[in-house]
Amino acid sequence: MMYAFSYHAPISLSEARKRFEESEDAAYISGGHTLLPTMKNRLAAPSDLVSLGQIEELQGIAVAEGCLTIGAAETHASVAASDAVTGRIPALAGLAGSIGDVQVRHRGTIGGSVANNDPAADYPSAVLALDARLHTSERVIEASDFFQGVYTTALEPGEILTKVGFRIPDTAGYAKMRNPASRYALAAAFVARFGDSVRVAITGASEDGVFRWTEAEERLSKDFSAGALAGLTLNEADMNEDIHASRGYRAHLAALCTRKAVELQGRLTLL
Amino acid sequence: MTTVSLTINGDRRQVDVEDRTLLVDLLRETLGMTGTHVGCDTTQCGACTVILDGKAVKSCTILAVMAEGAELRTIEGLADGDTLHPMQQAFCDNHALQCGFCTPGMIMAAVNIIERHGTDIDESLVRRELEGNLCRCTGYHNIVKAVLDVAGKLPRASE
Ligand SMILES: Cc1cc2nc3c(=O)[nH]c(=O)nc-3n(C[C@H](O)[C@H](O)[C@H](O)COP(=O)(O)OP(=O)(O)OC[C@H]3O[C@@H](n4cnc5c(N)ncnc54)[C@H](O)[C@@H]3O)c2cc1C
Ligand code: FES
Ligand code: FES
Repeated sequence: MMYAFSYHAPISLSEARKRFEESEDAAYISGGHTLLPTMKNRLAAPSDLVSLGQIEELQGIAVAEGCLTIGAAETHASVAASDAVTGRIPALAGLAGSIGDVQVRHRGTIGGSVANNDPAADYPSAVLALDARLHTSERVIEASDFFQGVYTTALEPGEILTKVGFRIPDTAGYAKMRNPASRYALAAAFVARFGDSVRVAITGASEDGVFRWTEAEERLSKDFSAGALAGLTLNEADMNEDIHASRGYRAHLAALCTRKAVELQGRLTLL
Repeated sequence: MTTVSLTINGDRRQVDVEDRTLLVDLLRETLGMTGTHVGCDTTQCGACTVILDGKAVKSCTILAVMAEGAELRTIEGLADGDTLHPMQQAFCDNHALQCGFCTPGMIMAAVNIIERHGTDIDESLVRRELEGNLCRCTGYHNIVKAVLDVAGKLPRASE
């Protein structure tokens, strides 16, 4: 059983911030599909849980000025099914629809996933590749400054991620090799094209979490084809190794996912 | 303690729970509704699946207090007296259960598939939508058949 805590369900951002500051050792809870398992294992024992589920500022999906903005409290299922997302960035809708299973997608949220920065999570790759801006209760953070290594982000204690604003690319593709049990990424690549510039983000593979594969970006910016990546490999020593996959296998998968995401733009590809 | 007000299988309920109570424990321990099972308690198996505001969810990974104001449906709410719900009947007819441990969660997930997709479903959709439900006995084939049967998508032997 989890340690005891007090639960709060504020209806505004300012109330949530205040509740956090006034509590001894508070944590925000969104979908709870990462936090509650952690608390059940007693790896976390907050004194107070402040729910972000009833706050309007964290909801909604909107398109404006070349940007697709998704509220932090939107579930994976609602992102996957959104006409705005499937119409503008189908690979992103596909990514959301590839997370976990249908029950997980009904509860888990984009804000929880991005704030948590699990090294095998899907969304961080889209945030980096789509050059997103992370809106918070305090400021706006550029994607390049946001992820700071495994489970670490630029968010300060108490700061709430409110919205993720993705730049809408000309085209994008996401290719993922799923862990067959959890469906987290063993390795996955998000490849987005903005005119002549190409952004490639790899998740699941590295020891340090999501990263941009700049060598692949340089080649693809000159020649956007899977062939342009021939012979290009990732450094095995930088890859993660666990019971699911070795370093070498992850390096191989990440390169394969990148080629697939280039070949199959405009969609999700599951390997 | 917090008082949670919610509708369970059509009945309005007010229940006092500790904030740390899981939704599945509110059902099983507080209310004695033991139809919803706990297989893993780690969000993997789907045995605890219930339908919360029209969506299949794993009740072992939701706090009871998060269900405030919600409409909840569980396996106990499906049958009409002695008449089984069509999905329950299809599980019987298609031999879709053996030990039965996963069955309440499977059936709630399956009912929710039909609610969200209608009867316009095929085998690959059913398999994908049941990814969150594990069964250690049946090998899944007959479970998938049962869901397709309810949707009228099962080829008959005579066809
Ligand atoms: C069985 C299973 C399979 C899964 N498979 C995948 C998968 O394939 N791919 C994948 O990417 N993920 C997967 N997940 C994780 C899932 O996507 C989680 O839902 C997600 O990582 C966290 O979102 P949440 O809304 O549940 O966050 P919570 O668990 O509520 O919160 C996670 C953390 O983020 C913080 N937080 C939440 N929201 C905010 C906010 N707005 N601002 C600041 N901090 C915040 C919380 O304090 C907490 O520390 C899986 C989970 C399970 C249980
Ligand atoms: S008991 Fe909830 S998923 Fe297994
Ligand atoms: S029937 Fe035994 S676990 Fe499914």
